Amino acid sequence: MSGQRVLAVRELTAYLQRLIGNDGRLANVWVKGEISNLRRPVSGHLYFTLKDQVAALRCVMFQGRSRSLSLSLQDGLEVIARGHIAIYPRDGVYQLYVAEIYPAGMGMATLALQELAARLEREGLFAAERKRPLPLLPRRVGLVTSPSGAALRDMVTVSRRRFPGIDLVLAPATVQGDTAPFELARALELLGKLGGVDVIIIGRGGGSAEDLSAFNTEIVARAIYGCPVPVIAAVGHETDLTLADRVADRRAPTPSAAAELAVPVKKELEERLNILATRARRGMEHRLQMAQARLERLVKSRGMARPQQELYYRQQYLDGLEQRLLAAWQRHAGAREQALQLLTSRLEAASPLTILSRGYAICRRPGGGPPIRHSLEVAPGERVEVVLSQGRLQCQVEDVDGG
Amino acid sequence: MPEGEQLKFEEALQKLEGIVRALEGEGLTLEDSLAYYQEGIRLVRLCRQRLQEVEGKLQALLVQEGEVVLKEISLSGGGGYGA
Repeated sequence: MSGQRVLAVRELTAYLQRLIGNDGRLANVWVKGEISNLRRPVSGHLYFTLKDQVAALRCVMFQGRSRSLSLSLQDGLEVIARGHIAIYPRDGVYQLYVAEIYPAGMGMATLALQELAARLEREGLFAAERKRPLPLLPRRVGLVTSPSGAALRDMVTVSRRRFPGIDLVLAPATVQGDTAPFELARALELLGKLGGVDVIIIGRGGGSAEDLSAFNTEIVARAIYGCPVPVIAAVGHETDLTLADRVADRRAPTPSAAAELAVPVKKELEERLNILATRARRGMEHRLQMAQARLERLVKSRGMARPQQELYYRQQYLDGLEQRLLAAWQRHAGAREQALQLLTSRLEAASPLTILSRGYAICRRPGGGPPIRHSLEVAPGERVEVVLSQGRLQCQVEDVDGG
Repeated sequence: MPEGEQLKFEEALQKLEGIVRALEGEGLTLEDSLAYYQEGIRLVRLCRQRLQEVEGKLQALLVQEGEVVLKEISLSGGGGYGA
């Protein structure tokens, strides 16, 4: 800018705006000071001044932002505000446009954590929609924890109690100290790439005195977020969740509880299978029975029964014939009876028994046989049998006379 | 249908439940019922096998000389592990 040029106010203002706008540091500053001149017009925006012993800074916090304040601001309060610097041309002033504001009592570390949390949340790392469901039966359960801590022992014990044959893979990592975030992230990465690992538990042992800061790092949060396998975090406490807890797909209060979420109870699964198998079998049996019943109904119905009925009809016809035959016999019986009587008499007359009763005898060989008619049929000394009207004689031939 | 190779336990179980519901319902013909039943038995066997085939190992994933290895470990009484 040459020395003699006369500038318009707006030209000078624009220059200053460019100057400020080009300074990256002014785009995101944290400023500490005491609140004064706090005004809250109807619009809901907040106007105040931050001052220290020497200087003052005008601040404005727009309505969208100030709504989320959990603390009530008032004059005299020492605060830390984050925002960007810009010029308000109309008034010829520079202002801090405040994005966030906190009581000054909070440590810088806490503030930084708050900022990190806010940033990750904006990126969607904590989004509920992103949470993945846990597998019912994992082929392998990955464990990210200290190899020497109680957490490992607890998780192994609970896992084996629920499902004695479950496969566990430990990716050891220290949980405190400078290297912890890197080791934890690395462990997650290794398990994610291993294959066969269907769920991962990241946890640390009990005791609130333990330093959880490693689980509040961006490295660990992003490692969990980017893990291809669902992650259960058992790190922080109910009232003090770490970033790891918030990114994880599920949260558990203790490593043991995490194991309960990850590992099913073998007996319950077996029972469930047995019930299903039984229901399937019963369903099938029922269906077969129904089919059978339908078949029987078909058989019994008129259509199918006719052949048998035909049989009955014929049977009955035959019986009828027999009756008629008998009746006809009865009718002719009278005449036949007489004829029969006559025959019987003649038979009787000609009967050998009748002849015997007149005194004649039959002579024959002993033991039966035809009657002997000629005396020359026997020789003297032979035995013969004589049949009388009553009884028999066993005789021996003394002499034979020719006839 | 893939030969049950990588069918996850959970998926197999869900298929099985679907089959059972169908068998208990009224809609299937006798032939279809038989087919469903056979598939159901196959799934039951698959699931039972899955419940048995895990080996109960506890292994540690370590990086040795640049290589990722799995090493079987056991827990010692003091809460740490020994290799």
